[in-house]
Amino acid sequence: MLESCADPKSLEGLAWTLCYLTTGKQVLFYWSFLTVLTLMAVTAPIALAFGFGGALATRAQFAPLRWFGKGYTSMVRGVPDIVFFLFVPVALDQGLEYLRHKVLCPDWTEPVRQGSDFVVCAAAKLPLSSSPQSVHELYGFVLAVVAFSVVFGAFAANVLAGAMHAVPHAQLETAEAYGMSRRQVSRRILIPQMWVYALPGLSNLWMILIKATPLLFLLGVSDIVYWARELGARKSQIYEYPHPDWRLWYFLALLMFYLTMTKVSEVVLRRVTSRLTRGQATMAGEAMRKAGG
Amino acid sequence: MSCGQIILDYGLRSVGIGAQLLPRGEFTLCHQFTLIGSGLIWNVYFAVLALAFGFFAATGLALAKSARSRWLRKPAEWFIFVFRGSPLFIQFFLVYEALVMLPRAGIDVFGLTIATSWLTRAWAGALLVLFLNTAAYSAEIFYGALMAVPKGDIEAADAYGMTGWTRFRRVLWPTMLRLAWPSYTNEAIFLFHATTLVFFSGFPSFQQKGDALYYAKFFADKTFNPFVPYPIAAFYFVLLTLSLIGLFGWVNRRLNRHLPGARPRLRIRPQIIR
Repeated sequence: MLESCADPKSLEGLAWTLCYLTTGKQVLFYWSFLTVLTLMAVTAPIALAFGFGGALATRAQFAPLRWFGKGYTSMVRGVPDIVFFLFVPVALDQGLEYLRHKVLCPDWTEPVRQGSDFVVCAAAKLPLSSSPQSVHELYGFVLAVVAFSVVFGAFAANVLAGAMHAVPHAQLETAEAYGMSRRQVSRRILIPQMWVYALPGLSNLWMILIKATPLLFLLGVSDIVYWARELGARKSQIYEYPHPDWRLWYFLALLMFYLTMTKVSEVVLRRVTSRLTRGQATMAGEAMRKAGG
Repeated sequence: MSCGQIILDYGLRSVGIGAQLLPRGEFTLCHQFTLIGSGLIWNVYFAVLALAFGFFAATGLALAKSARSRWLRKPAEWFIFVFRGSPLFIQFFLVYEALVMLPRAGIDVFGLTIATSWLTRAWAGALLVLFLNTAAYSAEIFYGALMAVPKGDIEAADAYGMTGWTRFRRVLWPTMLRLAWPSYTNEAIFLFHATTLVFFSGFPSFQQKGDALYYAKFFADKTFNPFVPYPIAAFYFVLLTLSLIGLFGWVNRRLNRHLPGARPRLRIRPQIIR
């Protein structure tokens, strides 16, 4: 807070704007951009790991594991992702509370579901009702990360399974002819080579992940959409900084933020792709070789 | 209450026919199946109309993007970039706020007053956003297909003396559609899924008339049990997605019927969330 902003009603023009843009709530709005970026940074590797596991599971020899893998990869095909974003956090929350309830309060006899209520003992609540607000917020964020990871893991599993199929089959057969076990073939031949095939799909996924972040709002996290609605709403004279309905301008700012993110990602991913295709036995790699790159 | 009575009461609840109030206290499976199914009317409405209008706009945009004149090309490129580069969720909010800012009393054009309040309703406003969005995504698909039309086809058309509209109508367009169709099927599916966002973004649902997911969330909030309503919604969506694939597959077969041998199969790749 700047010193000159002590009495906002007396300010005008540029000074007013400057003071308005540095109020505590505005700063919270700026921080919420970091929440979104954190979500992307945390979700991407976890989802990739989930996807990797899912893709490997679809090739497993053990039938139930294979079914699980196939089910996981196809779950996002027919059902809107938003259903999962609404479903996973609540289901996970209740599942965890139920488990804790069973462990922590073994002598509780009443059923957990009573009509339209979900009742667990106080010690099993997640987070505990005595814990501070920040813990509640963090818990909500973690649930959001899990929901995003599960959904994007399924997308990534699809991409990676496709990439594993794309690795030339003759190479795998050659490796087997050399006496490698299935596991060795996977580790030494399949996995190192699949990335270049997976890259277009994965960069597409990253773009999608960027565009899915506003859905955090649906999960009750105070993200940029929440703050844009909150701060943009009409402020009457009771407030320190009265202003008309500015939500349109706030959302325009968000639009610009997302367009910038998309553009920057496009440029970066194009560089990564050209770096990874160098020397690969694909059309693009061949074109690069001929161009003398 | 019997299930038949419930269906009579709530079967068309989402469009305002039947019971006034949503069920209270009593949430049987029949209630949930009926009401969520009733909400599906809105999903189908948004998807069908947005796709129908968007299809033609997308063809126009794809042609504009491939035009030689930069006055046509640049606006089309920007339109496509803005709508593909930003989240649909934000687009919904933005357009809603913009529509709300229109003067309440209507706009005066040459003495005629054009009412604007209907635009802020979901049936018109959200449809507009979905239409623009699918136009941009489909335009990119169509543009890619247009670029992939075999050179020989165009030369053959030239040799026959076809120009302009005839050449487009008889040669370019059918080939473009044929090439674009598998990706366009994906786009249709994901637009259909994206319709669930409408009532979770800026657009309010008047008198609790909402779509399938709106009612699913209603039940999940009321019963604290997400394990029943969401799977029901998922079930409906899988069913409709399968019929959509069937319909588009039929069109795909028709578009490729002149080709000998194996026709390109539709592969459903989940690539687009908005």
